[in-house]
Amino acid sequence: MIASIAFYVFAAILLVSAAMVVTARNPVHSVLFLILSFFNAAALFLLAGAEFLAMILVIVYVGAVAVLFLFVVMMLDVNFAELRGGFQRYLPVGATVGAVLFVELALVLGGWQIAPDAGQLRFAPQPPDVHNTAALGRLIYTDYVLLFQIAGLVLMVAMIGAIVLTLRERKTSRHQSIAAQVGRDVRDTLELVNMPLGVGVSEFYRPLVEQPPPLHSDQPVIAHAGGGHGDGGHHAAEKR
Amino acid sequence: MQSVLGSYFPILVFIAIAGVIALALVLGSVLAARQKPYPEKLSAYECGFEAFDDARRRFDVRFYLVSLLFIIFDLEVAFLFPWAVSLSHIGWFGFLSMMGFLAVLTVGFIYEWCKGALDWE
Amino acid sequence: MNDFFATTPGYVILTFAQALAILVPLLISVAYATYVERKVLAAIQIRKGPNVVGPFGLWQPFADALKMIMKETTIPSGANRVLFLMAPMLTFGLAMIAWAVIPVNAGWAIADINVGVLYLFAISSLGVYGIIIAGWASNSKYAFMGGLRSAAQMVSYEVSMGFVIVTVLICVGSLNLSDIVLAQSRVWFCIPLFPMFIVFFISALAETNRSPFDLAEGESEIVAGFFVEYSAMTFALFFLGEYANMFLMSALTTILFLGGWLPPLGLPQFGPLWFILKVWFGIFVFIWVRGTFPRYRYDQLMRLGWKVFLPLSLLYLVLTAGALMAFGWLPSVPGT
Repeated sequence: MIASIAFYVFAAILLVSAAMVVTARNPVHSVLFLILSFFNAAALFLLAGAEFLAMILVIVYVGAVAVLFLFVVMMLDVNFAELRGGFQRYLPVGATVGAVLFVELALVLGGWQIAPDAGQLRFAPQPPDVHNTAALGRLIYTDYVLLFQIAGLVLMVAMIGAIVLTLRERKTSRHQSIAAQVGRDVRDTLELVNMPLGVGVSEFYRPLVEQPPPLHSDQPVIAHAGGGHGDGGHHAAEKR
Repeated sequence: MQSVLGSYFPILVFIAIAGVIALALVLGSVLAARQKPYPEKLSAYECGFEAFDDARRRFDVRFYLVSLLFIIFDLEVAFLFPWAVSLSHIGWFGFLSMMGFLAVLTVGFIYEWCKGALDWE
Repeated sequence: MNDFFATTPGYVILTFAQALAILVPLLISVAYATYVERKVLAAIQIRKGPNVVGPFGLWQPFADALKMIMKETTIPSGANRVLFLMAPMLTFGLAMIAWAVIPVNAGWAIADINVGVLYLFAISSLGVYGIIIAGWASNSKYAFMGGLRSAAQMVSYEVSMGFVIVTVLICVGSLNLSDIVLAQSRVWFCIPLFPMFIVFFISALAETNRSPFDLAEGESEIVAGFFVEYSAMTFALFFLGEYANMFLMSALTTILFLGGWLPPLGLPQFGPLWFILKVWFGIFVFIWVRGTFPRYRYDQLMRLGWKVFLPLSLLYLVLTAGALMAFGWLPSVPGT
């Protein structure tokens, strides 16, 4: 009794929100209505006793797929008024495609054969002493191993496809090299020098890293003439 | 069957209570506080400058890539849940079948790693 | 009395009472978590923290709440009003409804559903919506960037979180949260699964946008991120939602790794006391981490999530499953 009332409530909300997905003017609202219809579909799964599918519907479709939809719709800077302007022009093509799809769907539905024992199975959605999730687990990985592996392949293709389509190599990007950063030594960056009295940095010359300076602390380095003014102080301050 | 549904009823109750509390707090604040809006106050915060253009604009394609990859890995996790709870029943065959699945996806993961899809600058 | 609760209206009333018995202490705890955070941070920085309102500043949360309520609710002119107001309610509400399945003590889970872990995982995967919607509805650049960053961040860490949860499930053999706690009666999972425990806790920090992963707020670069346009109670709801999420993540860590309501070292059990203590310890560590670590950079954050945690948790998952299979230690819970 309560279950059937709940069924009709959820099914009604599902249908209404599905209609709103198509008719809402703002595409972001469309996506939000889509999310609402996902929730109601999950509730229907629950009513049918399919707890696992209900939760996975929320996790995967609401938690992941609809996030992508929202990203696309919210942030693609599309002028929707402009898009609507082409409505008249594309109407014939769109109508043709729609009609073809509709006929195909009708053919599929017409030729559909319901499995003979589906009627009985409907009343026993899960075996008596096993939870829904575990019951699925006992079937997917052994009885349907081929389909399972194909699903893995499809996912891999999707992964590669996503990278091929969206990844652009950029010249300007600078990556952090963790190994170089961690492997950096004190000697690469910092040197302690005994400065003789009365000698400024500009007069103080020390050869660069190529020829390591004789840094014996008891023998103060005498200023050399020429080049590298100021280099002594911070020649290796930053090194990527 | 009925007990499965019954165990979900409290969640409905929680949704109702949380919704009522959230609405009551916001409405209560709106009613209790003095509301005095004017255009400057309602303009979007931009460090005191006038807004140059619309905030909702194109952004880095990497965010799409991240969410695409997330969908794929989320599905992988979804396949792992029933496997984890039924592992004692499906034995070595079920174990190896999942290992094959994971190996295929690891190949994809290594590919994206090598392509630099996981790098941010 | 028991007869009354067996009838339908009695059952409904009982459920409402139980739900309030969880939510009211939760809300008070959330309010006091803000106080505790300020006190602990102050202690870390050798300051005093709030100490004016009431003894030891104990009434501070109520003063804050009063202030928040009496402020004006501004809605930016370019914003989408409905979504703008909906986003904070969503963030706050999600953190509340997740508590329906948390077993506070043996048999005290109000909704003791078979797929409790999946429910919590689903709720935490929905948390991203409050932030994206807030970022978009505000129609402000900072909010938009903050929302975007935060969404990508939460999504990235959810993957490794999923792998960690599956690793625990292999050791339990059930998706029910009470079963998970009871499976730890011999040894808490934080000992055999220690690396996963660490990965999970750090992912929880990232999921709740806490320091050192608070790039979504990033007050020094994007001036509070996705809630820059919010004020008064709408802002407070985001704030409360963040803290309630901290409690939720802490509770989840407690259930998955710290033995839930089970007492440590064979000490006697006092109802939900141990659970509450463990959750508050988790909150303390959250605050401690905030007081200690500097903020991550975005590329480091993504690198940690995708290149360190994901392979590590996947590898550990496979190792755990393989070891349990090889030694025949797989658990068998009735009904699975």
